Amino acid sequence: MTGGAPGRSLWQDARRRLLRNRAAVTAMVILAIIILLVTAAPWLSPWQFDQIDWDRLSIPPDPASRHWFGTDAVGRDLFVRTLLGGRVSLLVGVVATLVSLAIGVTWGAVAGYLGGRVDAVMMRVVDILYAMPFMFFVILLMVFFGRDILLLFVAIGAINWLDMARIVRGQTLALKQREFVEAAVASGLTTPAIIGRHIVPNLLGVVAVYVTLTIPQVILVESFLSFLGLGVQEPFTSWGALVNDGAQEIESAPWSLLFPASFLAVTLFCFNFIGDGLRDALDPRDR
Amino acid sequence: MLYYALKRLLGALPTLFLLLTLAFFMMRLAPGGPFDSEKSLPPEIQANLDRKYHLDEPLPAQYLRYLGDLLRGDLGPSFQYQDYTVNELIAAGFPVSARLGLLAMALAVVLGVALGTLAALHQNRPADHAVMTLAMTGISIPNFVLAPLLILLFAVHLGWLPAGGWNGSRWQNLVLPVIALALPLVAYIARLTRGSMIEVLRAPFIRTARAKGLPEHTLILRHALKPALLPVVSFLGPATAAILTGSVVVEQIFGIPGLGRHFVQGALNRDYTLVMGVVIFYGALIILFNFIVDLLYAVLDPRVRYR
Repeated sequence: MTGGAPGRSLWQDARRRLLRNRAAVTAMVILAIIILLVTAAPWLSPWQFDQIDWDRLSIPPDPASRHWFGTDAVGRDLFVRTLLGGRVSLLVGVVATLVSLAIGVTWGAVAGYLGGRVDAVMMRVVDILYAMPFMFFVILLMVFFGRDILLLFVAIGAINWLDMARIVRGQTLALKQREFVEAAVASGLTTPAIIGRHIVPNLLGVVAVYVTLTIPQVILVESFLSFLGLGVQEPFTSWGALVNDGAQEIESAPWSLLFPASFLAVTLFCFNFIGDGLRDALDPRDR
Repeated sequence: MLYYALKRLLGALPTLFLLLTLAFFMMRLAPGGPFDSEKSLPPEIQANLDRKYHLDEPLPAQYLRYLGDLLRGDLGPSFQYQDYTVNELIAAGFPVSARLGLLAMALAVVLGVALGTLAALHQNRPADHAVMTLAMTGISIPNFVLAPLLILLFAVHLGWLPAGGWNGSRWQNLVLPVIALALPLVAYIARLTRGSMIEVLRAPFIRTARAKGLPEHTLILRHALKPALLPVVSFLGPATAAILTGSVVVEQIFGIPGLGRHFVQGALNRDYTLVMGVVIFYGALIILFNFIVDLLYAVLDPRVRYR
């Protein structure tokens, strides 16, 4: 294997397969456009997200006044609100996923690597938590402790780490048997160093797939809470909150439901397609 | 098998205990109380109210009292609906939620398995792509988006079905909420079925059955379907949880007098006992369903041996 034909690493191989997956590539392009729009929102419209246009309350899309998506019942521009709502939804999605990633990977890798009684206890904890209707707890949390956005991140992240822990543990059990881990043990590396430097980097493939599939789930939870009126607070907004507002005026102003709802659905669609594509790309067994 | 069942049931007790303990203390430590809305009650009346509902006792004592009542099956009086006990409210709301949930679950399983099998039999052909795109759409459109859209289309626009209400569970009032609850699950189940069906169809025992010259539909229905359904069965546990959570939103949107609505309203009004009652009831239901799913799994999969 020295010299000769240049080998392809797992990641190069995966990238090639991913780029050949038309659905995934399309999803990535659309998602990039959405992220760009959401980031550039303030420069795309003359209106502010909390600015009230008293002359045009609840009007349908109207390019003349540059209300591209129309206005809501109190005369705020829906184009800007949809995009800024997207900022919040995507941000919650990414940050809460990182929280669940940190907890899940650590928990799973430690349980899997240490094994034995520690593993049994740690996974028993996961089992017990698994059976809990966590959505109800998050609702309670949000109702009682004021709709704090930071709390929202942590609460959502904290309910989503269980799957991650299970998957990571399974992978770790397999990795533990490999020669390079044995070599690391033999060379006297400490356990935390082995987990950090040898186990976790080798989990990246699985974790990457799982992260792209967790982000849409988290966005969904956030919009669910915002829909119930428990997420972000006025005048700030998120896609879930906008969908809720829109649903109230469904007969008189259907556009106020349709625009945020489509942005939410398309984004979730894209993340799911990318996740599927990544899974196929990184796990070639299933071809 | 019996031993396993008993062991599993006992194993569920710590979960339930943790659940109700967490819910109890979380709620009591939160700011606000059940009588806050009636502005500035005279202190004597507030004290009387607190005494009546034992809110003046120290928290651990209240907790023990609640546990004791719970063991006798008494969930206490509701704070919000002054004349009702939580038991009565649950007894009134649950049949409504259960009918909705069971119908949605049945629809999801039947439709999901049918679509998934269809896709698997036409793997990588147009029918497969169509079903999978549909499934992805179902997963990407949450039920609280789907529900208003359904109302917009079928109630406001076409006028075929009522936009909400219950009306003693006339079927017209059931259609839209059941669809809104079921569709995301249809999507998940279709994907699960497709994946496992494709795997099963590659298995040697299917090749043998084909070689025997069995007609295709016998092959699928008699031999392939049962093993292919295993992942679907294990998904039924999470699916129950999803339907119960979804009912919170769907009942709110369609104005259905079920249990889900009590939960959010109860939490907003600090109706401690009502919220606790719903959490415990739903939690127990989810645990029970997971237990049934486990047993079902053992019955369906001859490879699983339980000690």
